[in-house]
Amino acid sequence: MNGPIALLASRLRVEEKALLAAFSARGADVVHVDARRLRFPLAEPPPWRFVLNREISATRARYAAASLETQGIGTLNSSHAIATCGDKWLTSTALTAAGVPTPAAALALTPEAALDQIAVMGYPVVLKPLSSSWGRRVSLIRDADAAQAVLEHCAALPAPQAHLIYLQEFVNKPGRDIRVVVVGGRAVGAAYRNADTWRTNVARGATTTSCELHDGLADLAVRAAQAVGAAIAGVDVVEDADGRLLVLEVNSGVEFAGLQRALGDGCNVAGAIADLVLRDAPVPARVAA
Amino acid sequence: MTTACPECDNGLTVGSGTRLSEILECGDCRSELEVVSVEPLILAIAPEAEEDWGE
Repeated sequence: MNGPIALLASRLRVEEKALLAAFSARGADVVHVDARRLRFPLAEPPPWRFVLNREISATRARYAAASLETQGIGTLNSSHAIATCGDKWLTSTALTAAGVPTPAAALALTPEAALDQIAVMGYPVVLKPLSSSWGRRVSLIRDADAAQAVLEHCAALPAPQAHLIYLQEFVNKPGRDIRVVVVGGRAVGAAYRNADTWRTNVARGATTTSCELHDGLADLAVRAAQAVGAAIAGVDVVEDADGRLLVLEVNSGVEFAGLQRALGDGCNVAGAIADLVLRDAPVPARVAA
Repeated sequence: MTTACPECDNGLTVGSGTRLSEILECGDCRSELEVVSVEPLILAIAPEAEEDWGE
């Protein structure tokens, strides 16, 4: 298949600019495609031989990946990986099935059922929307009054999916968690995400510092990425009170600017992703003279 | 290349490597701005984050 490689993104953030620079440094023909302008007529395959999917909207990313796969165009990540990572319950079940240690979790199909499950799990407990990112609407519930209030808010939301309640054991982490980036089955770097609050998302102001990527951490992250089928993954790991490492979640559209800042020249995430894409993308067919 | 912030009219200078869909921040009003045209350089207020945005 001919045509360039496409980088699909509606926003060019630090990460996408680094990726375009990495492709350029490798002499690869890569075009930026704005996902907001994209259409997929059934009988008209897009003119790319491979797509690196960096779309910030999880919905657009998933449907773009599924459409491209249907039309025989390779994509990273796959629609299966995006769908699994984009749903906290599917992630928990995939990690558990693969034997990857992860905090205890439960899905309640109604807010009322969630109250019953919280009574079993006890307090504190963490309530998360099934599909949210950047720590958005994630709640640490410390008592029954707070549980009642948050669940009433969930019940009042219009989307039926918002009435499905994902509950996760609260892990009393030491003011930080660990982000490991996995590319093509290899952990390429790790950084602590430090915060004064219990949420340690960089999008919420957490700072990043270098973390030793020891064998146990690297192996755990690679197994987690494999469990959800993600070739490119940001694996979030927490240390519990006993020092055990647990995988909190896996991100298929990994933001790596914070980790890259912390690790400096010792790690090249964009380069690793570019190398993986160039390895997986079909070689363009020669055009007859 | 120079242009004005569409929010506060502050003068902005951007590098020659600026790309379409790149996100910039106005140094004066801190608005997030999207590059909607490179030649000529046109900036617009960047879209607000949506519910399904993230990693």
